[in-house]
Amino acid sequence: MRNILLIFRKDFLVEWRSKQIFPTMFVFSLLLLLVFNVAFEFRSDVDSRAVSAVIWITFIFSGLLALGRSFSLEKENNAFAFLLLTPVSRSYIYLGKLLSNTVMVLLSELFILPLFLLFFLFDADGASLSFTGTILPFLGVMVLGTIGFVSLGTFFSSMALNTKLRDMMLPLLVFPLIIPVVITSVGICSSILEGRPPDYYAFSLQVLVSFDIIFILLCSILFEYLIEDSGD
Amino acid sequence: MRKILFFLTFALMVLATWMTLFYAPTEVVMGHVQRIFYFHMGTVWAATVAFTVVFVASIYYLVKETAKWDTLAYCSAEIGMLLLTLTIITGSIWAKPVWGTWWTWDPQLTTTFILWVLYAVYLVLRSGAGGRGKKARYSAIFAIIAYVDLPVVYVSARIKRGISPVVFGPGGGGIDPAMMHTLLVTLLGFTLLFVLLLGERTRIMNMENQLYARGGRVG
Repeated sequence: MRNILLIFRKDFLVEWRSKQIFPTMFVFSLLLLLVFNVAFEFRSDVDSRAVSAVIWITFIFSGLLALGRSFSLEKENNAFAFLLLTPVSRSYIYLGKLLSNTVMVLLSELFILPLFLLFFLFDADGASLSFTGTILPFLGVMVLGTIGFVSLGTFFSSMALNTKLRDMMLPLLVFPLIIPVVITSVGICSSILEGRPPDYYAFSLQVLVSFDIIFILLCSILFEYLIEDSGD
Repeated sequence: MRKILFFLTFALMVLATWMTLFYAPTEVVMGHVQRIFYFHMGTVWAATVAFTVVFVASIYYLVKETAKWDTLAYCSAEIGMLLLTLTIITGSIWAKPVWGTWWTWDPQLTTTFILWVLYAVYLVLRSGAGGRGKKARYSAIFAIIAYVDLPVVYVSARIKRGISPVVFGPGGGGIDPAMMHTLLVTLLGFTLLFVLLLGERTRIMNMENQLYARGGRVG
């Protein structure tokens, strides 16, 4: 546990001092938001399904951008090789990376979310945003969904960087695999915005939580095989 | 052994074709177009076997790190891709007259589509990974994750109601014995066809590898 936190702290310090990933993600999200707004012709009467879809597409695109960066930073000066030299199980390195990436992506999502609500929901008909009824469950789903796509994203960004195609490879590997996260997160978020009771999306929530658990476990096991050596 | 397998597969596929066209009774509602279903089931079944072989061979490769498991996984993925493409094509031909559309986002179709994309990515990853050892290891890891991912995709796609027919299991209607015979022969035929193709493909692949090891040019 301590090892995980140490890696987390290291990544956070690096980001705090270099300020590379966070502003990039934020601006990128803003641009996406602008693109969607233009595409929807600045209408505020788009339905909750479309709003949820826009939110998640933005989160996932900007999130993957950050993940690609997170491992290429390690590549500079061969930092990752030194990280591997530490007498820690590889699974802990993965979990540490997962934690720091998740927190980083979540933080920038938190900054983006209010703008979303402002642009898309503020004057939509009947959108009454109560804190406990809408915002809190929404944040919960955001955390679960983010863990879901960051778990696979962290894993595959370390793979993609070592391939010939590099950054090109990351979305190719990750997008088809995270379809369940997209389906469930968008579904749950739109149900929440429509003000439906939790029973309505309980099943989706179960699928989302199972996805998180399955892939965190699987990735931390397979991570040992992923970075066996830096040969060939 | 190879010859026996070849003639057995040939005979069974001819029999399956005959049974599909003449032996099986015409379905009352859908008519003759339903006959494509036997081959549809045959290809999707063989594709499932193929991707299970990829999964198992990938696990073996990660544990043992011998090239033969990687070769097996790769060849199986290639054939599986072919079979799955045929599945989608036959399915579309069936769906157009019956559902009135070539394609719809029903859970089974969505899952099949994602399966197709996943193995397309698998093949892209193999061509773009880099060195041989790296290529084998990365693709094995991806294959394992993809195989585990599929049931989750299916469950999450099922959150919306589907229209694909459920022929067997709870809620499915029974079928005519003659149809059942045809289906079983077709399934067996396609299984043998898959084994035959896999054997031939790995043989060619091994020859390529030998040539490569000797410094010869491949392709």
